[in-house]
Amino acid sequence: MDGMSLLTITVLAVFVGFEVVSKVSSTLHTPLMSGANAIHGIILVGAIIVTGQATDPWMLAVALLAVVLATANLVGGFVVTDRMLHMFHARKQVAGKEAGTKAMPGEVDGR
Amino acid sequence: MSLLNPVWTSLLYLAAAVFFILALRGLSSPRTARRGNLIGALGALIAVVTVFLSSRLENIPWILGAIAVGTVVAAPVARRVKMTQMPQLVALFNGVGGGAAALVALLELNHADDPWVRLAIVFTLLVGAVSFAGSGVTFAKLQELMTTRPVVFRGLPAVMAAVLLAAVAAGVAVIMTGSAALAVLLLVLGLAAGVLLVLPVGGADVPIVISLLNAFTGLAVAASGVVLGNVLLVVAGTLVGASGTILTRAMAAAMGRSVSGILFGAFRGGSTAGSTAVSERPVRSSSAEDVAVLLGYAQRVIIVPGYGLAVAQGQHTAAELAQALEARGIDVDFAIHPVAGRMPGHMNVLLAEANVPYESLKEMGEINPEFKTADVALVVGANDVVNPAAKTSSGSPIYGMPILEVADARQVVFLKRSMRPGFAGIENDLLYEPQTSLLFGDAKDSLAQVLGAVKTL
Repeated sequence: MDGMSLLTITVLAVFVGFEVVSKVSSTLHTPLMSGANAIHGIILVGAIIVTGQATDPWMLAVALLAVVLATANLVGGFVVTDRMLHMFHARKQVAGKEAGTKAMPGEVDGR
Repeated sequence: MSLLNPVWTSLLYLAAAVFFILALRGLSSPRTARRGNLIGALGALIAVVTVFLSSRLENIPWILGAIAVGTVVAAPVARRVKMTQMPQLVALFNGVGGGAAALVALLELNHADDPWVRLAIVFTLLVGAVSFAGSGVTFAKLQELMTTRPVVFRGLPAVMAAVLLAAVAAGVAVIMTGSAALAVLLLVLGLAAGVLLVLPVGGADVPIVISLLNAFTGLAVAASGVVLGNVLLVVAGTLVGASGTILTRAMAAAMGRSVSGILFGAFRGGSTAGSTAVSERPVRSSSAEDVAVLLGYAQRVIIVPGYGLAVAQGQHTAAELAQALEARGIDVDFAIHPVAGRMPGHMNVLLAEANVPYESLKEMGEINPEFKTADVALVVGANDVVNPAAKTSSGSPIYGMPILEVADARQVVFLKRSMRPGFAGIENDLLYEPQTSLLFGDAKDSLAQVLGAVKTL
């Protein structure tokens, strides 16, 4: 891909990034940070590519270390975010019960 | 062999990029957050499957083995970590992501003859290393492996400047020569810069720095995408870099701080270093029975939970106490400061885990005017978020942070372990006021004693 296209994509991605999280409530700061954290674990794709090209043992070792680190970032990040958000779910459900009302259908999944 | 042609490869990467955008959008609203996270995970899965099907890869068994190792290490930790330790785990995962980006860039130096590509490599190496080392220090601070107070030594700005100058010089040399040895030197300088950047940051500001380093890792990943010519990495990394920057600013604003003040505030004067000395002034300590009488004959009680409550696992006892008081016809609410706990929104997660009813949790803006009408404000394991110094003392490291105005309540009761200052390392004058009494001990034990005494009233 030529440099100009990459630059275009990068600039557009900056604006999309600014837009999608511009109005986030403080309650969600922690899960959002953790979720964004998980997304940059996609460096795993890059780590797989360099490992697939590695020829000498030293490079292979370094590349495999990168794969392990990137996997930890990716998998751990999504799991930990999901656990945090699960707590928010549980809270709504309890609130529904306490108020004597039925929980909304979408709020009882995953239990 | 590759099973996918380039068009299908690009389309699948595009799909993954769209999933990441949907994930971030979902994560910024409570109703869609969990679905958003799952969409993000699905996007990642698509991308990883795509790279296996589209590239000519050697060492596939090794790669699969390394992915298995990473999963086996991270998933159980992520599943089992206590909710109170969540922030340091987020820091750790962020750091390893930055480290992975730096290593990928290092390995790509072999194939890079174009100076622009080498520039991207230099950027990834430096920023990835800063994020890795900086996150390591934030982890150590939050895990209390080291002091949570700002660490400043004489000459720190000079050392920092020297490291950055050396890094720029090494970076220019790497771009010109493509030398692997110099790239490793650059990596080491980046690690040193990361440590030096985070050492002077004080306890309460650490979560904001995690968010900033998160944005850094995003940028490093985007630059590694330029190096590899992979559009998905460019888009995903840039998204995280941009959204992380916005998030960092929003979190800093929630604490009434500026990002530069957080990073460099400790350089400016000694006052931000906080105090360790415990004052000799007298305080009024009371017994669980006294507190129970105070609570049991009040009309309105506001409970202010803090990190100390969470650490002691006292949420359930606090919820029980609230129920017992409500059974006596007393109006009880929980006042939640946006940065109570260790991170913005952390306390909501912790109390939700303890099944505290949602409608009892009041946000700061809502509850602050109500403290005037409260007979008792019961502060359990919180300190910095109720410290009036945030409003009155311009030299204080928490100056400008919005606080819960418990001082307005007729009586204030602190449940504290000791007189040791809170996370920000500063004393709370409210402890010495005449309307304040203190009940020393573990938050959970104290709450249980108070609960028992309330029941016998």
